Amino acid sequence: MPENYALFRSMLLIRRFEERLLAEFSTGKLVGTTHAYIGQEANAAGIFSVTDPGDVVFSNHRCHGHFLAYGGDPYRLAAELMGKTSGLVGGRGGSQHIHWRNFYSNGIQGGILPVATGMALAEKVNKTGKIALAFLGDGTLGEGALYESLNIASLWSLPILFVVENNRYAQTTPIELAVAGTITGRFSAFGITALERDTSDVLEVQAAALEAVGSVRRNGRPVGLILHTYRFSAHSKGDDVRDLAEIARAREKDPLLIHAPRLSDAERDRAESEVAAAIADAFARADADPFPNPESLITDH
Amino acid sequence: MTTVLDRLNSALHHAMQTDERVYVLGEDILDPYGGAFKVTRGLSTAFPERVLTTPISEAAIVGVASGMALRGLRPVAEIMFGDFVTLIADQIVNHAAKFRWMYNDQVRVPLVVRTPMGGRRGYGPTHSQSLEKMFLGVPGLRVVAPNALGDPGQLLEAAIADDDPVLFVEHKLLYTRPLLQASQGDLTDFEIQPSGEIYPTYVLRFTNYGSPIAGYHYTEKHHLTLACYGYNFELVRQAALELLMEREIFCEIVLFSQLSPFALDPLLDSLERTRRLLTVEEGGLTLGWGAEILARVAESGVQANMRRVAALDLPIANSKPLEDAILPSVEAIFHAALELCEA
Repeated sequence: MPENYALFRSMLLIRRFEERLLAEFSTGKLVGTTHAYIGQEANAAGIFSVTDPGDVVFSNHRCHGHFLAYGGDPYRLAAELMGKTSGLVGGRGGSQHIHWRNFYSNGIQGGILPVATGMALAEKVNKTGKIALAFLGDGTLGEGALYESLNIASLWSLPILFVVENNRYAQTTPIELAVAGTITGRFSAFGITALERDTSDVLEVQAAALEAVGSVRRNGRPVGLILHTYRFSAHSKGDDVRDLAEIARAREKDPLLIHAPRLSDAERDRAESEVAAAIADAFARADADPFPNPESLITDH
Repeated sequence: MTTVLDRLNSALHHAMQTDERVYVLGEDILDPYGGAFKVTRGLSTAFPERVLTTPISEAAIVGVASGMALRGLRPVAEIMFGDFVTLIADQIVNHAAKFRWMYNDQVRVPLVVRTPMGGRRGYGPTHSQSLEKMFLGVPGLRVVAPNALGDPGQLLEAAIADDDPVLFVEHKLLYTRPLLQASQGDLTDFEIQPSGEIYPTYVLRFTNYGSPIAGYHYTEKHHLTLACYGYNFELVRQAALELLMEREIFCEIVLFSQLSPFALDPLLDSLERTRRLLTVEEGGLTLGWGAEILARVAESGVQANMRRVAALDLPIANSKPLEDAILPSVEAIFHAALELCEA
């Protein structure tokens, strides 16, 4: 069915984009750092299959998957990562700091959450019917700004969905060493309903997201969506100290493998070729684009 | 008599009245209390939907306001004491002030963060500081300080109308000060020149030289520029009058409203006449506002002898004699000016 195809293609685009990116880093074409979303694709694909185009999204350091599932252009993202003028923000932001339409990201853990909460307030008072979505990981559960935001979002009944992608490691630190109590308890303490799913099946994520997004939109109240997940690659680049057997076990639940059988061979082939062409085109065009001119930099009063 | 507090309060009322995008948020700002320093008094009664009292969550206050601003509202956040700006540093530095440039000028963040700074009220080490220097030089952020000379209400409304984030630093002792009127009171002998910017720099010069000391002709030896902002203008003005009456030293005063980034021209113009500069600030001396002013002047090529008066590099003590000794005084300004003129 078309829906299954769209979900597969959305996940595949993220997977192949991130794989290409990691390859480009190893050839030296890209500098700096990146945080691959590989393994977590079902979350972004599932969530953005049920959001409204006008909803406001605040993402974090691991934002490529969210951006692509949001409908962002892989070419503009590739150009941004290469530091080109045609990048989403003209090369000023890079991997973690992008903006397009109602999509924003920033590389500060926790700090984005009050901002997203304020955006939800703006949607509420402007009576747009749109909601805000904020993405955080298990590592961000250590940041105080999160709890200030949950408190205010609940007190003021703000239409915001807090998506916790628990990939079980804050860079290298396992959740057992960083998170006391429970994740759901963090929401219930503030009177916020939270849905919790431990799955990499995009259809299960989609169903949960539908319920969560619908609840936020219907009730105008914050909701937590806790998705237990796993990233297959390192936190950023070359900082992986995890047990290889553990990674291998997680890869058995690869969201693409789970979802692929729902498509015909022809559909899968079509998705692969479409995505391959889109990514080849994105990186080729981005590569050919000019770098920004340092003379364009101005400081003024 | 209209005080600085009255004007700030009426400006907020006016801004909320004329622009429905203006929201005010902060701790304890609802009537009947109306805010710790009463700047927000009456607002929650007049505009109950748009005045949001918050938990004690400074980072979230500024973060939420920043998100509102990104989405087209014009929030004014109050941080109850300026000392708490350490708690909003991430929101200012890595969020509000960065968004516009980082997102390639595709967004604006029309946010105002108002906060009372300063000592002399015996509030001790964590409620008396002038921490604005920590935010000077942050790209994308304007730091603005009202004074009793210009119209503080107009300045605040300009900040609210500004498309970029503004940290609006109000000295606590200014609140009860009456607004100064040109050519009246101790401004009688001053000619006042405001610069054309929305956050003006004022240059004050003694005009009626014959009046204080008949027949006196000043020489270059007795000429000095005092640079300051905010409440320190009150001290500087007093020192300038004493220097004139007691020592026949004619001061020009350069009073800044916008601390960062800042235009140097009015100050350089003054220094072309006086060749001596004394900066006065209530923040700590080391790596402070005056340090940057002096560095810029030195780089400009304008020749001038320069000194700074600032707080000692210590926390602000609670005990009055200690607090008085730590913070700059009229006497300290007077003596630093004398030294500079005799150097």
